[in-house]
Amino acid sequence: MNIVVTVKQVPDTQEVKIDPKTGTLIREGVPSIINPEDKNAIEAALRIKEDNDDVVVTVLSMGPPQAEIALREALAMGADRAILMSDRAFAGADTLATSYMLSRAIKKIKKFDLIICGRQAIDGDTAQVGPQLAEGLNLPQATYVEEIAIRQDVVTVKSRFDSVMRTIEMKMPALITVSSRVNRPRFKTMNGVLKAFRDKDVVTWTKDDLKLNPMRIGINGSPTWVRKTFVPSHSRAGLMIEKQPSESAADILDFMLEKSLLRF
Amino acid sequence: MTLCYQMDDKFEMIRLAVREFAESEIKPVAGELEENEEFSVSLTQQMGDIGLFGMTVPEAYGGQGLDYISYIIAVEEIARIDGSQAATLAAGNSLGIGPIDAFGLEAQKRKYLPDLCRGRTLIGFGLTEPNAGSDAGATSTTATRDGDSWIINGRKTLTTNADTPMTKGSIVQALTGTRPNGKVEYTCFIVENDTPGFTRNTLKRKLMWRGSNTAELFLNNCRVPDNAVLGNPGDGFKQMLATLDGGRLSIGAMGLGCAQGAYEAALRYSKERVQFGKPISRQQAISFKLADMALKIELARNLLYKACWLAENKRPYGKESAMAKLYCSEIAREVADEAVQVHGGYGLFKDYDVERFYRDQRLLQIGEGTSEVLRIVISRAIGC
Repeated sequence: MNIVVTVKQVPDTQEVKIDPKTGTLIREGVPSIINPEDKNAIEAALRIKEDNDDVVVTVLSMGPPQAEIALREALAMGADRAILMSDRAFAGADTLATSYMLSRAIKKIKKFDLIICGRQAIDGDTAQVGPQLAEGLNLPQATYVEEIAIRQDVVTVKSRFDSVMRTIEMKMPALITVSSRVNRPRFKTMNGVLKAFRDKDVVTWTKDDLKLNPMRIGINGSPTWVRKTFVPSHSRAGLMIEKQPSESAADILDFMLEKSLLRF
Repeated sequence: MTLCYQMDDKFEMIRLAVREFAESEIKPVAGELEENEEFSVSLTQQMGDIGLFGMTVPEAYGGQGLDYISYIIAVEEIARIDGSQAATLAAGNSLGIGPIDAFGLEAQKRKYLPDLCRGRTLIGFGLTEPNAGSDAGATSTTATRDGDSWIINGRKTLTTNADTPMTKGSIVQALTGTRPNGKVEYTCFIVENDTPGFTRNTLKRKLMWRGSNTAELFLNNCRVPDNAVLGNPGDGFKQMLATLDGGRLSIGAMGLGCAQGAYEAALRYSKERVQFGKPISRQQAISFKLADMALKIELARNLLYKACWLAENKRPYGKESAMAKLYCSEIAREVADEAVQVHGGYGLFKDYDVERFYRDQRLLQIGEGTSEVLRIVISRAIGC
C-alpha cells in the first residue's frame, strides 16, 4: 500500500507578529515548522504503516528550498520517501494553483492508494487544498477526519461535520483530510533523526520534472488576489488581574457573577 | 580543515526533538517530582523511547549510532528544563552505558547494552567512597580472587541511578592487588543487584536533583564470577579516568542547559515585570545582567562544543573537557543566581523555575571532579 502525505512548511504562528503598518507577517526570526495538522496526517500514515504490511509513506511538499528541513523532519518521524517541489515558477500560488501542482506531482508518483492531508494550514487557514486536490485527481474524499480504519481496499473514516459525526466508507484510492483530533503526533527519536539525514533522501522536482500547464502554476494560475490585509483592533481593553492564582481565580469568579455570565 | 561555526541541520533537529519532548513531557511534572523526591520510572522509560539512552552506542547493540555532540545537545536540552531528569540521563549514558560500551567484553555488551539503550534498565557507577572522593587513590573497596570468582568487600556512596526500580546493577571499582612496580591495581566489576551480600540504600534529603536517584552501596562478601570483570582485570584506574573525561562533558552540558533555562526564565520575566513605569528588561541594571548571562552562555557553549568536537575526532580532550565542565558549572551558578535576582522576591518561591535552577546548579561544581580538582587537572595540563 502506498500513502502520500502532503506537508506544508509554515511560520510558527505562536511566535509570529504582524507589522501594524503593512498588515503583513513579520517572518524575520520566526521559526518554520511543519503545519501542525500535517503532522497529524504524517502520524496517521505512520500508524497505518505500523498496522499493515508493506506500506510505503511518501511525504510531498511544495515550497522554497528551505522547506527541505520540514520533509527531513517527516522522514525523522518515520516516513520513507520525501519529494520537494521547488521552483521559482511555483511562487505566488494560491490554493487552486497549489492543488493543481500537487495533483501533477501525485500523478507522477503514480502508485498511491491513500492521500492524507492536514485539514488546514495555520498561516492561510483555508482548508481548501485537500478538497481541491481530490477534485483534481477525481478521487473520493472525506474531510475533518478523526478516525481511520483500513480493510483491504476500503478506508473507513469518521468525519466531523459540526456536531455530527459521519462514518464514511470509500474505496481506495481516496483522499482524506485529518484534524488535530485524529491522533497525537509522535516524538521524533534520536535514531530517527540520524536515519533521516544518513539513510533517506529528499528528492527535488522542478517544473521541468512535471507536466504542467504554465497558465495554471504559480502566480499565473492563481485567481485569488489579496486586496488588503489588516490587523483587527480590539476596542475593549481586557481586565488584567495580577495576584496570586487563588486570589485571581476568586476575582474572576466575582466578575463573572457580577456580569451574570455564570449562575449557580 | 576549515573553521566553521555552522552546525549541521541534523544537530538542530536533535535539539528541537529533545526540546519538544522536554517541554511537553518533563516540564509539567518536574517541580512536583523534585519536591516529592520521586524518581520517575515512566519519564526515564519515555526518554528511552525517544532514544536518549545509548546515543553514541552503535546501532548493532541497540544504541542510536549518533555522535558525541548530539548527545551533549540532548543533555543540554533536558537540563534546560529539569536537572533531575538530566542527571538520570547523563549518568545513565556517561557512567552506566559509557564504560560498558567502551571497555566491556563482547558478551557484556550483548548482555547489558540493548536494555540500557532502550531505557528499560539503568546501571550505576560506584567510584566515590565515604573516605575516597577527590582522592580516588584512597579507594578501600577490595576484590580478592577465589577460584574462578572474586569476593568484593567495601562501601560506595553518592552513586547516581544505583537504587531505582529499573537498576540492574552497578559498576564498582575495587583494589585487586599491587603491581611489581609497587603501584596499586584497580579493577572494575559489574555487580548485579541480586548478588548475595550486595545491598543499597537511597540517600534522601538532597538539596538539588531531588527527582534523581542517589544511593550508597554495601558490598559484604559479594561473590561475582570472573565474567563480571569489566574488560580486563587491572584496567580499572584507566577505565575510571577515561569515563570521567567523557562524563565531564555531560556535566558541562548540564551546566550549560541549567544556565540557558535560568536565563530564558529571567529574560521572559524581565519583559513582563513592570517597575517605575516600564518593564525591568528596559532598565539598565537588569538589562546588563541579562547581557552578561547571554555572554557567559555563549562562551560556555563554544567551549563545550569544542571539547566535544575534540572527543568526537579522537583527539586529546582531557584539558578542554576539564575546562568545559569547570566553566559551564561556574556560569550555571552565576546565571542562576542572577536569574533569581531578576525575579526579586518571587524567585525565592517554588512557583518559579529559577528557584529549582538555583539549587540544581550547586552540584555541578562538585560532581565528577570538583572545581578545585579540575583546576588541578588544567594546571597540570598547562605545565605547572
